[in-house]
Amino acid sequence: MVKQEHMTTATTTIADIYTALEQVMDPEIPVLNVLELGMITGVTLYEGTAHIKMIPTFAACPAVSYIQQNIRATVNKLTGLPVQVTVDKEVHWQSNRLTDTAKEKLQHFGMAAPQVHEGELRAEIMLNTPCPHCHSENTYLRSPFGSTLCRAIHYCKDCGMVFEQFKPVE
Amino acid sequence: MNAALQKAITTLITGMADDALILGHRNSEWTGLGPIMEEDIAFSSMAQDKIGHAWALYRILQEHLGGEDPDQFAFMRAAKDFTCCHLAELPIGSYDFSLMRHFLFDHAEAVRYESLQQCSFEPLQQLSKKVKGELKYHTLHADAWLLQLCRGGEESHRRMQAALDRCFPLAAGIFEPGPQDALLTDAGVYPGEQALYDKWLNIIYPLLVNASLNLPDPAAVAPQYGGRYGNHTPHLQALLQEMGEVFRLDPTAEW
Repeated sequence: MVKQEHMTTATTTIADIYTALEQVMDPEIPVLNVLELGMITGVTLYEGTAHIKMIPTFAACPAVSYIQQNIRATVNKLTGLPVQVTVDKEVHWQSNRLTDTAKEKLQHFGMAAPQVHEGELRAEIMLNTPCPHCHSENTYLRSPFGSTLCRAIHYCKDCGMVFEQFKPVE
Repeated sequence: MNAALQKAITTLITGMADDALILGHRNSEWTGLGPIMEEDIAFSSMAQDKIGHAWALYRILQEHLGGEDPDQFAFMRAAKDFTCCHLAELPIGSYDFSLMRHFLFDHAEAVRYESLQQCSFEPLQQLSKKVKGELKYHTLHADAWLLQLCRGGEESHRRMQAALDRCFPLAAGIFEPGPQDALLTDAGVYPGEQALYDKWLNIIYPLLVNASLNLPDPAAVAPQYGGRYGNHTPHLQALLQEMGEVFRLDPTAEW
């Protein structure tokens, strides 16, 4: 007997859902989609519904419900499937989840990418963050808080530019 | 889980959440008033983090411990039903006070969440990983400004020492022991208030020494207790009045 899963999803695959998710951009950093940010932790198809598990970047991120709504609307529009989005409590977001593509796009967006860390974040990691404008490492952390929860503010002593960084988070 | 343990965990989480909510609200009072723009942004961001942490904790109460809707719980309770410590509820005062409060409180929170990495109550253990990572930025910020202000000249140093002398008994009140501590410790939820207090002292002491500040002798200080039992300063009532003003206009409104 053909499994229910296959019958109802004959035309839509898991890969199609991932392709649709590429269209869901972060409202605060509009060059990155939810996959590049590492916010998606699981996609399954069950009884004709796409089940998507996601994690917020910061506990107090005000955009979470907006992003969930975008995921539902976009995936539904591109696949025709009903979509259920849930928060995955077993995984917590950390900046190491950002993909390499995401880091490259951040650079072009004028924002420094988070350094890769090994579990425990030390204060020194915030020093000598490469400037996204002139690539100098002669920079210092001006404030660990910026215009959104995920950003820190740095200053480049070589080109004199203040720049933002997507913060490294454990 | 038996009813006694469930009640003890509820007490622990409610105190943590109320601290975060009330101090989060106080931090937000610096929005637009910070001495420099970066500090305005920093206190506003920390306010947002803290209120987010409070919400996540109230959510655990609701989803796992039979608690109320987080908004109702946050905005509709009377002052006597809050269990925040006195340190969190005092007005922002001047910047030296707010900064010292932030330094002492955030290190206390960091110690608490670090201990919860091994918590036997899974929802709290899972949340603690996330919160711990975010708090790194709070303590990083506090440490940097503590040093800068303590090395910023005689008046600046004197004011920071005065702020420490005033805040220390209040901060010791964060660790107010309760009858549920032993049960929570036995159940592997967390190591108890006394253990956290000792660990906290070990962390703040070298940082204060490095900033040339004298920590008041802990043995000679009477911690300002009462908050965990619902006894508060008059400042809490005024804060709750303001914080819940819009919510109470229409408690069932959809936002």
